[in-house]
Amino acid sequence: MPAKKLNLRKRYELLTRGMGWETTYQKMDDVFPYDSFEGIKITDWDKWEDPFRLTMDSYWKFQAEKEKKLYAVIDSFAQNNGQTNLACASYLSAIKLFITGVTPLEYGAHRGFAHLGRHFRGDGARIACQMQAIDELRHAQTQVHTISHYNKHFSGLHDPFHQFDRVWYLSVPKSFIEDAMSSGPFEFITSISFAFEYVLTNLLFVPFMSGAAYNGDMATVTFGFSAQSDESRHMTLGLEIIKFMLEQHEDNLPIIQRWMDKHFWRAYRLLGLVAAMQDYMLTNSPMSWKEAWEVYFVENGGALFEDLSRYGLKMPKYHELATAEADHISHQIWSVFCSLGNATGFHTFLPTEEKMAWLSEKYPDTFDKYYRPRFEYWAEQKKAGTFEYQKGLPQLCQVCQIPMVFTEVQTDPMQISYRVTEHGGDKYHFCSDGCKDIFEHEPEKYVQAWLPVHQIYQGNCGGPTLPEVLDWYKFKPEDSGDYIGSKDYHRWQEWKGADKKVKQA
Amino acid sequence: MSDKKNTVFLILQDNEDARPIIEAVEQDNPDANIQYQPGMVRMEAAGRLLVNRVTVEENLGREWDVQELHLNLISLGGNIDEDEDKFEISWR
Ligand SMILES: [Fe+2]
Ligand SMILES: [Fe+2]
Ligand SMILES: [Zn+2]
Repeated sequence: MPAKKLNLRKRYELLTRGMGWETTYQKMDDVFPYDSFEGIKITDWDKWEDPFRLTMDSYWKFQAEKEKKLYAVIDSFAQNNGQTNLACASYLSAIKLFITGVTPLEYGAHRGFAHLGRHFRGDGARIACQMQAIDELRHAQTQVHTISHYNKHFSGLHDPFHQFDRVWYLSVPKSFIEDAMSSGPFEFITSISFAFEYVLTNLLFVPFMSGAAYNGDMATVTFGFSAQSDESRHMTLGLEIIKFMLEQHEDNLPIIQRWMDKHFWRAYRLLGLVAAMQDYMLTNSPMSWKEAWEVYFVENGGALFEDLSRYGLKMPKYHELATAEADHISHQIWSVFCSLGNATGFHTFLPTEEKMAWLSEKYPDTFDKYYRPRFEYWAEQKKAGTFEYQKGLPQLCQVCQIPMVFTEVQTDPMQISYRVTEHGGDKYHFCSDGCKDIFEHEPEKYVQAWLPVHQIYQGNCGGPTLPEVLDWYKFKPEDSGDYIGSKDYHRWQEWKGADKKVKQA
Repeated sequence: MSDKKNTVFLILQDNEDARPIIEAVEQDNPDANIQYQPGMVRMEAAGRLLVNRVTVEENLGREWDVQELHLNLISLGGNIDEDEDKFEISWR
């Protein structure tokens, strides 16, 4: 009689227990040198459990199926010239920001989890990290494959990895992932799996992919949802590791709370780019940043922290400020991009009348009062031919590296939020109390930050003039500037005929 | 803070493969709120949401491995309990 198939629990146990052993030739602490210096106390790694109980054979089977589906869609998209079904070619600014700003994050996550997959002492946690390392590499690769189709037809998609390490606004995601990667393994996983993937990733992928569907970009929808199907597993890993650390020892709580506060704020600041993408770059937005924040952070994040309160974990510090800022940040960040649009690797454009009506409706307390006048003023200037891009380079926050554009939304929304501290005889500037707190806890780390503006002024970025810097970025002349009149714009007009011209102009 | 303090949710792709699962969720969770958004379906409920293997198999007309859920999953919120017969999301 053939042996009865083992149940899920048993199969998972066999995979994840007893694979490791107590080493004798070398001390365990030498074999696993990184998992104790952070102060996290683990007494029993066997308490670790992956609720999905995914075994290696099922993992390969399901991943293979996801890939097969994805590449079938990508092939038919290419054969049918799917790029012509977009709502508008200006929408591709969002994809340009995605491939240069998010895809390298996937690759960074791959490297980080590969490191954890070697260096956690518990075999169950190591296996979960190894699977995630493979997932994240898959995400980076499938995004490059999918978007390479757009690269044949449009500007600004040619050198994402070169640009990630150099471009002024891409230092925002780069510094975020490298902050996590240069931490210990427990802080890395708290940052990426919990603060980013559990608490905030829905705000990146769900409205963005839904937005892609809404704008006729079926290629992005497909790779996005394919990646996102792994993301649920990553989120679950994030929640499990937090509960595991909290259950292992009470001394872990204050450490985790501080990491949570720090990485929530860092990840939230990074998502400011997504806010601009969602409200302004998408031709048609299915949901505003503020609405997404209400659902995915206030409501769903609230339920999560309510559940975790039994361990004594509190909502991340400054979350009330993040909620108050939801009325402002997309407008503020898009304004920065528009005012420096001669130095972006994607096209900028002022919101159309239609878009402004939508923004007024979605942001009744702030858009008409604070932001519409600015966009209308710029529109008048453009019409009169007097518009000029900003001449100087902006001051950057030492921690999040975003130009200092955020304002005191709780007291005076027209006042720039500006914080400063001294360290080693030098002054350091911050966009918020959140970023200042992070610096003050580990100043030795953040004084080393590679701030693009400082680097340009120090002569490390190709030369003293803007064309030299852009050349060093590998931005081609057709990549930057206004969408209207660009190479992308003219190509789109050729495909679509004159009717669309009236609508965009 | 919101009053929906224990909302759990499950988001699946809006496609043919996911339909029998979405219908099963509707059948087994009469109080669930089901929202169709571009490309995706968001199902939410207070406290607990259940995907039952038997119900999915009845809708599908074939055997169904609960882990096939991974193929169409977009996101979820809540603690997970999965075995051969069910996939359950809850906040305690
Ligand atoms: Fe990923
Ligand atoms: Fe991930
Ligand atoms: Zn900052």
